[in-house]
Amino acid sequence: MYVAVKGGEKAIEAAHKLNAEDRRGSERYPELSLGQISEQLTLAVDRVMTEGSLYDRELAALAIKQARGDLIEAIFLIRASRTTLPRFGSSLPLETGKMSVRRRISATFKDLPGGQILGPTFDYQHRLLDHDLAGPSDLEPADTAPVDVDQEMPRVLDLLGAQGLMEPPSGQNTDHGDSPGDLTTEPLEFPASRDVRLQNLARGDEGFLLALGYSTQRGYARNHAFAGEIRLGEVSVEIVPEELGFAIDIGEITVSECEMVNQFKGSKKAPPQFTRGYGLAFGHCERKVMAMALVDRALRAEELGEDLIAPAQDEEFVLSHSDNVQATGFVEHLKLPHYVDFQSELELVRRMRAEASAPSEAAE
Amino acid sequence: MSDSRLQTDNRKQWMAVLAKADWEQLDTLWQQNKIKPEYELVRGPETGLVMAQGRMGGSGAPFNVGEITVTRCTVRLSDGEIVGHSYVMGRNRKHAETAALLDGLMQDPKVGAQVAQEIIAPLQKVHAARRQNAQAKAAATKVDFFTLVRGEDD
Repeated sequence: MYVAVKGGEKAIEAAHKLNAEDRRGSERYPELSLGQISEQLTLAVDRVMTEGSLYDRELAALAIKQARGDLIEAIFLIRASRTTLPRFGSSLPLETGKMSVRRRISATFKDLPGGQILGPTFDYQHRLLDHDLAGPSDLEPADTAPVDVDQEMPRVLDLLGAQGLMEPPSGQNTDHGDSPGDLTTEPLEFPASRDVRLQNLARGDEGFLLALGYSTQRGYARNHAFAGEIRLGEVSVEIVPEELGFAIDIGEITVSECEMVNQFKGSKKAPPQFTRGYGLAFGHCERKVMAMALVDRALRAEELGEDLIAPAQDEEFVLSHSDNVQATGFVEHLKLPHYVDFQSELELVRRMRAEASAPSEAAE
Repeated sequence: MSDSRLQTDNRKQWMAVLAKADWEQLDTLWQQNKIKPEYELVRGPETGLVMAQGRMGGSGAPFNVGEITVTRCTVRLSDGEIVGHSYVMGRNRKHAETAALLDGLMQDPKVGAQVAQEIIAPLQKVHAARRQNAQAKAAATKVDFFTLVRGEDD
């Protein structure tokens, strides 16, 4: 426990001023604009929106600037900022099947209706530093090709579903209410339903989920995943305002989606078939949604009657530690004054040492 | 299709165009326009949050993904009968107010057709062109993989 301390106001104020000066850096260089951050550090902005759980590019760019590029600090700022705004309501569920797709790949089928679209990606690039980017670079415009507007782009997993080889999209449990659980209004409780788990994972730390997802591939809860389909693009957000009584489209957001295909040997209740892990998040954050889908699938162990043997399957462990704002709060609070606490520890250790040495002195 | 259903569908369409409009373009078109009605603010413009829902497996049961900043506004045109609403992603209050006013004007038989032609149509055109451009760039990255050793069963 840390206790309130008094004093130090002047030093604290000076420390904040120093931090502001360090944030600005050398005045030989122009100050960063929010437009530069949101247009040129797009993937950092996307991560802050996803884990800050707030879609607003401008606020995310401001948070990144204020946090000097410390993304967890920026996520913290975004989470704090959202609490100042009222909730107007919920959207209708995003229809990612109607996405205006900019990237769509499948690792399970090479020939797909609608084709494989690489889109903007680091994949298949040599990971060599491009020194041309060190200075102002000449931009070669992106290529274009005719668009086949009638081309359907069905979901890859639906193709398997049509053959009876894939479980339904919501999994084995069909008992889902209309109104999903919401961690922003209700505390996390165990056992958690899949809707709550997915919300937790969507806002969870990318690094934590990446490590857990990786652990499932290395044999801790092996369920042999394939990236059935990964999509990036824009979807419309629809709400039904009370005063109108019909659905209206309020804008478009960019989302990334990953559907993993996993083995399942069957159980008493279900025949052998493929199972699903699902990932969906704001912006372009493919690594995040892939990790999310791996962990979502691992957390379905109990539903699928699998042995619980690995950390990634332990929902209490995973969901309680996935939030980097909570995690950083608790880890970093160790920096705050614990003087009284430590004084009592110090006295305890001194007393124990005294007691431990007393009998041997008496024996001499 | 009934008249009221058709009206609702039309209104949904122009409200979507106004919400998705590039603010600078909307502002320019509105500033240049000759229609300058009197109106009063009934609610807002005010910024709040909408919780975005996704679906398990893309098409299954809903879950909460995260929130979106949204600004809304309601105006009443000076004749007192027509009310315009807007919900616009982001925190631009002027955008929400202009969109609500234009929603009102679009419902007004006296000026609706003019607003549709001079403001809604150009906004829609730019949005469609932007989407077309993004799709054309994506289409250029369409790939045909061919497998060498591993692949389909013979």
